[in-house]
Amino acid sequence: MATLNDYLLVSGLLFAIGLAGVVLRRNIIVVFMCLELMLSAANLSLIAFSRFNTVNGLPDYNGQMLVFFVITVAAAEVAVGLAIIVALYRARQTIHTDELTSLKG
Amino acid sequence: MTLAWILFYLPIAMAAANQLVLRRNPLVPYLATAACGVCFVISLLLLGANGTTGFSWAHIGGLDIHIALKLDHLSTGMMVVVTGVGFLVHVFSLAYMKEDESVNRYFCGLGLFMFSMTGIVLSENFIMMFIFWELVGLSSYLLISHWYHKDSAADAGKKAFLCNRLGDFSFMIGVLLLWGISGSLGFEGLRTWANDGGVAAAPATLLGVAILCIFGGAVGKSAQLPLHVWLPDAMEGPTPASALIHAATMVAAGVYMLFRLQLSIGAEAFAGFAGTTIAWIGGLTALLAALMATQQNDIKRILAYSTLSQLGYMIMAVGLLAGEAGMFHLYTHAWFKALLFLGAGAIIYACHHQQDIWKMGGLLKKMPITTATFAAGTAALIAVPYVTSGFWSKEEILAAAYHGDKFLFSIATGVAFLTAFYMTRAFVVTFLGKPRSDDASHAHEVGPIMWVPLTILALLAILSGYHFASDLLNATRPEHIANTTVLIASIGTLILGFGTGFTLYRGRDKDPLSIPLFRERFYFDGIYDNFIVRYFQDAFAAIIHFLDELLINGLLVGGLSRGAVSLGNVFRKLQSGQLQGYTYAFGLGVILVVYFTVFL
Amino acid sequence: MPSYLFWLFATVMLSGGAAVIAFRNPVSCALAVVACFVGLAGLFIGLSAFFVGIIQILVYTGAVMVLFLFIIMLLDLKDEEKRAKALAPLAAGLSLVILFAVQLIGVLSRTANKSAPELDAATLATAAANLKEGGKIATALGEGRLPDTHLIGQTLFTGYNLPLQILGVLLLVATVGVVALSKKTAD
Repeated sequence: MATLNDYLLVSGLLFAIGLAGVVLRRNIIVVFMCLELMLSAANLSLIAFSRFNTVNGLPDYNGQMLVFFVITVAAAEVAVGLAIIVALYRARQTIHTDELTSLKG
Repeated sequence: MTLAWILFYLPIAMAAANQLVLRRNPLVPYLATAACGVCFVISLLLLGANGTTGFSWAHIGGLDIHIALKLDHLSTGMMVVVTGVGFLVHVFSLAYMKEDESVNRYFCGLGLFMFSMTGIVLSENFIMMFIFWELVGLSSYLLISHWYHKDSAADAGKKAFLCNRLGDFSFMIGVLLLWGISGSLGFEGLRTWANDGGVAAAPATLLGVAILCIFGGAVGKSAQLPLHVWLPDAMEGPTPASALIHAATMVAAGVYMLFRLQLSIGAEAFAGFAGTTIAWIGGLTALLAALMATQQNDIKRILAYSTLSQLGYMIMAVGLLAGEAGMFHLYTHAWFKALLFLGAGAIIYACHHQQDIWKMGGLLKKMPITTATFAAGTAALIAVPYVTSGFWSKEEILAAAYHGDKFLFSIATGVAFLTAFYMTRAFVVTFLGKPRSDDASHAHEVGPIMWVPLTILALLAILSGYHFASDLLNATRPEHIANTTVLIASIGTLILGFGTGFTLYRGRDKDPLSIPLFRERFYFDGIYDNFIVRYFQDAFAAIIHFLDELLINGLLVGGLSRGAVSLGNVFRKLQSGQLQGYTYAFGLGVILVVYFTVFL
Repeated sequence: MPSYLFWLFATVMLSGGAAVIAFRNPVSCALAVVACFVGLAGLFIGLSAFFVGIIQILVYTGAVMVLFLFIIMLLDLKDEEKRAKALAPLAAGLSLVILFAVQLIGVLSRTANKSAPELDAATLATAAANLKEGGKIATALGEGRLPDTHLIGQTLFTGYNLPLQILGVLLLVATVGVVALSKKTAD
């Protein structure tokens, strides 16, 4: 049987992979996908906590509620984010972060 | 108590409404006058009321500042004077300022002044009084420089404001000192403190210095030596405003405040060097101002110096621990001096803004009502015995001086002589003889809106000294003690002054006397302009310039901005614009946070 | 869930994630994310969170990732140009990940481990005793099944009613926002 720490380890590794993707990749859509990975890693932790901390013999459904909300908000976020990317592409003809440096001081 | 709050807020509400809402509406003067009339009625209704009402305005540590109205014998009596004169001046102004293009601004200024003056009179503690003390200074400034396009008026306003500020600063220091000594700012609190033996226990020198600093406020506001220079110049303002502010009420606020202080901490606290200094400054002001008045040719300036001189009387009385006498003189003086100023206003109005008495003359036949009322005012000012109000109050002051300090008594008697002399001179030159200019020969009697207030004030100038009137109006009045020496001195100086003035000036076309020292006002203004203003101002300006340029501009402002720029440049380097760079920093931050929270 | 299944799904998930970073073609990346999410959904189901597992498949892989693919194809993105990979950012990124992983292991080794509480017929029946007799949930629990969807529904509509409605508003706002964003402005 897998223990809580196994799940947390896997979840943390997924988060690290997502972070690495955000840092390394230059394509903003891929960066966005990696952000989704990081969100999902957090979800995995939440579900694991829900299962490993039972209330009255049942999994703690408050944790799963949080995951439910995260998924929903993430869906909205993806929609808006992709719309922004489309608008960005229209304006700048690129979605490579190397070329998006208007924040440079 | 609600009435008191209405009395307090009505003038400012009216002024605000006039200034913000009605603006150029021709109704504004009438509304302002009506509001002032309501205030006067409320003041009459409040006569005899007693009590305190208010709320806590600010609470800083142990310092609790209240905005509270205090009604007692002193304040209700004073309110009647303020609103009574104020109302009559409003009415008079309706006609006097009729053709002025910014008449609405003028009435707003009057409203603001009424509000501030009400605040001073009704205030329950020194901080609130100080706030309104500043406000009357402001409204006085606004009214003096009403015709601000005239350089002289604008300068006079500035001068008045600066002199007042000087005094106010001293006032503030004095109030804070007193607070430090007694731990209380309210008049009631001070009274309790004094009753518990606080005055005796307090260090006498420090208390004296505190009283003198507070007196400094009165020096500025009541135009005593050496800050008296602003009051004659303040005559640049509209004459009714001068009558209200620079003759009857605001300049008397210094006396009122000192008497309030004397009531609160007891007259004993004034004994010693503080009281002596106050009395001497008052006496000297009275003497010097009276001397200056003898050689002035501008009718308003004569009255202004006369006001200075009378204020000197009142201050002297307060300094001699006879505040009641000072307050009683304030009360009678308010009526007859407002009358004289309004009369002067009527004359100036009739003579097409001619103010030189040598260009008037023969007005007796052309303006009989004005002449009669002006004569009543003059009679009150030179204290015609038993008939006029001025006699009763001056008598009390002379008696106080007689009992307090024989030398001051002789000064006061001299001033009485001078007063009779210069007022006779002004009256004879202005009203008798024949017209000495076209303006005067074309003069004719003013309309009823002007002469009705004059008549009312003339009645008050005569009657207000009698017991039935002063009791009715809640005037503060000392017990009268008959004193033959004082009576003889009073009547003697009057006859002497009147006789000299009359014989010297009757039928003259120009001044037979020429005393440059008096005419040039003892060169006070010259000394101030040439010495204090030039050297002090220049030296001060140089220091300020140095501080401003080098310290503030170079080191503080410039240094700070340069520091901010260079710091900003450092941080600019961090802003690579690389999204990944930011993420990297963010990730590193997360790791550090986890490290510090879990492993440390 | 048996250990080998856990490790299977975990491997699928992690290698999917690694593939996202490794692939150059965005479409391949998107498919790798799908693989990753499938593994993740397996783990969810293994944790008895059946409803969330299904949602993960339906919403993420079914809707979100399709949206991603749609946008990728809409924008007609070519492969990232073969540019010389700078070594410094790669090293920096990897060091960050390694640092994170090391720290994670450190944290986990310092905290008490825990194995999953039993969810067998006996415990479920005990749980049913706390609920209203004869209700759907109680009945199912009594029969030894975990009525996951019913329980989620009950929690959602009793404990989280207001957040749920706020979420509805949020989705509406997002929809409006997306329309406003992607509308072509007349130049």
